[in-house]
Amino acid sequence: MRQENASRRGIGLAFVTALALALTASGRPMLAETGQGSNLFEQPKPPRQEWTFNGFFGRYDQAQLQRGFQVYREVCSNCHSLKLVAFRNLADPGGPGFSEAQVKALAAKYQIKDGPNDAGDIFERPGRPSDYFPWNFPNEQAARTALGAVPPDMSLLAKARSYERGFPLFLIDPIIQYQEQGPDYIYAILNGYTNDKDPNWNEYMPGHKIAMPMPLSDGAVDYEDGSPKAVQQYAKDVAAFLMWAAEPKLEERKRLGFGVLIFLSIYALLFFAAKNKIWSRPEAHVDLDTQ
Amino acid sequence: MAASAIEDEPTRRDFVFVATGAMGVVAAGFAAWPLIDQMNPDATTLAAALTEVDIGNIAEGQIVTVKWRGKPIFISHRTATEVEAARAVPLSELRDPASDESRVQKPEWLIVIGICTHLGCVPLKNAGPFEGGYFCPCHGSVYDASGRIRQGPAPYNLYLPPYKFENDTKLTIG
Amino acid sequence: MSGESTYVPKSRLAKWFESRLPIIGLVHSSFVAFPNPRNLNYWWTFGGILSFMLAAQIVTGVVLAMHYTPQSGLAFDSIEHIMRDVNYGWLLRYAHANGASMFFFALYIHMFRGIYYGSYKSPREVLWLLGVIIFLLAIATAFMGYVLPWGQMSFWGATVITSLFTAIPLVGDSITTWLWGGYAVDNATLNRFFSLHYLLPFMIAGVVVLHVWALHVHGSNNPAGIEKKTDKDTLSFHPYFTVKDGFALVCFLVLYTWLVFYVPSYLYDSDNYIVANPLQTPVHIVPEWYYLPFYAILRSIPSKLIGTATMFAAVLIIAFLPWLDTSKVKSAAYRPLYRIFFWLFVACCVLLGYMGSQPPEGGYVLAARFLTVYYFLFFLVILPLLGRYEKTKPLPVSIYDAVLGKHGHAKPADVNP
Repeated sequence: MRQENASRRGIGLAFVTALALALTASGRPMLAETGQGSNLFEQPKPPRQEWTFNGFFGRYDQAQLQRGFQVYREVCSNCHSLKLVAFRNLADPGGPGFSEAQVKALAAKYQIKDGPNDAGDIFERPGRPSDYFPWNFPNEQAARTALGAVPPDMSLLAKARSYERGFPLFLIDPIIQYQEQGPDYIYAILNGYTNDKDPNWNEYMPGHKIAMPMPLSDGAVDYEDGSPKAVQQYAKDVAAFLMWAAEPKLEERKRLGFGVLIFLSIYALLFFAAKNKIWSRPEAHVDLDTQ
Repeated sequence: MAASAIEDEPTRRDFVFVATGAMGVVAAGFAAWPLIDQMNPDATTLAAALTEVDIGNIAEGQIVTVKWRGKPIFISHRTATEVEAARAVPLSELRDPASDESRVQKPEWLIVIGICTHLGCVPLKNAGPFEGGYFCPCHGSVYDASGRIRQGPAPYNLYLPPYKFENDTKLTIG
Repeated sequence: MSGESTYVPKSRLAKWFESRLPIIGLVHSSFVAFPNPRNLNYWWTFGGILSFMLAAQIVTGVVLAMHYTPQSGLAFDSIEHIMRDVNYGWLLRYAHANGASMFFFALYIHMFRGIYYGSYKSPREVLWLLGVIIFLLAIATAFMGYVLPWGQMSFWGATVITSLFTAIPLVGDSITTWLWGGYAVDNATLNRFFSLHYLLPFMIAGVVVLHVWALHVHGSNNPAGIEKKTDKDTLSFHPYFTVKDGFALVCFLVLYTWLVFYVPSYLYDSDNYIVANPLQTPVHIVPEWYYLPFYAILRSIPSKLIGTATMFAAVLIIAFLPWLDTSKVKSAAYRPLYRIFFWLFVACCVLLGYMGSQPPEGGYVLAARFLTVYYFLFFLVILPLLGRYEKTKPLPVSIYDAVLGKHGHAKPADVNP
């Protein structure tokens, strides 16, 4: 027995030592050589923010979504599209909670391309709730010519942006339900214009170079509900709004999930009782737990 | 073998087994619902249920077809004689009795869903024995200028969609 | 599927039917009366769990196909249409995407269990080979399924993996062009991948039937690794193992639920929420987690042809286990040295997975190289030699004795890894 333990320890030790050697001794100089690759990951990680939609009972804050929508409408939408979101979605349950009438009035403020009509012409008409948010540019080429780069569509931005959590955090994330890398990243970017001399310098952007110059400034959007008219607040609100735009069924999902989880937990206990009952029958019983 | 010793009889009385089985059935039922409900009309289909039509250019006696919810809608600009003829028919002569007045908002405009109530074909416009009427080529159903069934196998009059005259030239269906 | 049928039809209708198609008797003998070793532990419940997951994937997949559009200009938006507009579409899509991960999670546990307890050894070699075929089909199915959303990672994953075939001398380029149906991954590729993604799961289901058939010829292996001899060694499949499998399945579903409802994007690459762009590669291409060990092996070798060949070899070598492992003793419970090398092998696979998720730089590549060496060493050197030189513990006389804990080390606690 002792001999066996010794050999076991010996093999394990040899394995770990060899692995450690491979990682450290020869690893470090190699890392230094390939400096270019690691440069990409040099920027700091976005700090984690508090979100109402985080965790088990996470729900969107309607007032925050409405403010965020206002920021999108007055600032972001000048360049960014939101093509997967329809006006009607603003009145959907689990969203910003606008009324049907508000959505109708809002949609009517937009001009939507339609057609061809009987004369064969494409024409513009006031928007309806079933229409999708139009873009200020007819196509990507026009946007690139006007802005120098194509601003990404914002419908999925909160899910399409993320950052590496690294070991061991990535193992904890599914347990603590951390799914807000996207909004954290967007918030960090919007607050990352910390170089006064260069409007295209961003602390959190890979390589610190961002095509979008600082989009927000204090007082740029006039909130009606008394929330602070500051960049931090705007950034937070618009990040929350973008999370909703990317994941509009979040509330329904978490609510239904809670029911399913409770149901399955009870079911598992019941099944366990049934299993124990059957396995305690005389013919299954051999004085030790057979598991 | 061990199996022969175990019969279902004594277990059936046991609450734990009944409850476990019952919860399994409930779980299957709940799991089936999303699989069934996904075939119902989705949110885009429900939202795009509005069609706007400019009726200013439809001449008297002309019937045009527009699409609403993927179905043909007949918009008939009826002549005075057609209206008169439709209103002169006694209700007792009709298979699916309905007065012409009850089927229109403005006498000169008849708006019906262009689908034969027999088996879903699209009838021909301005066809059949009735002036301004409809004739279904599939099985020979005949409708009058009010879209009411007069001959043939169809059981009901052509159905009416919900619609509203926004003004004299603009019509909203849905 | 073998096993004596003790089913006797009671009603006249049942008799009439059974004499014409004895299917109830077949099911009864295979899944009711079938004698299973009584000492099977919870690691043996993953076969049932996998059957359930395969069925769940087929059902959700068929339903998703009712709304999905396999056309390069529309595919991405049609997925978002499912997520936003289709009734419960978000649930079906998240369940299907995460279901693939849960399937592979269960599959890997199932495979490691087979390796730990020597389940591939005589007379179960064909059973093992059928399992390897299922594994290969599952790899292909999941890969093609991942392409369907037509996001950045879909597109570039497809490009990278199909480009592996260009490593083949002489005909590589022609084969890749043939796979693509063009000069790059494009609409034709998407269409054929969709078609095959729909087809392959049904082929998996067919091989699963053969797998279960082969299983029922000699019955399950068990933690003691000795064959069943008398009725005392066994318990009937129903109710003992149906209830045990059922309980394990519900626990597994709790995990699945957690993933689908609370962290549905945890295993999904954020780049795949950007529509495919053939002109721009993402900074960091990573496959789904279940391919990462093999991906790490591919990247650890600085030669295109040898790297690709090594990766394919790493998958295919699993099929040769029954002949590489020369030990007469099946279960690791009675093989003290093998047990150590087995757990190192598990650690090796997990670490390879981690290396595969990291950028291919310096230390990571070296560590992956070292792990690759151990991976092949385990199969090609350790397993053949251990069978000759390892001093194994005495085996219990029967499964019943093993459960009773006779013969020193064969206590149930020792039997479970």
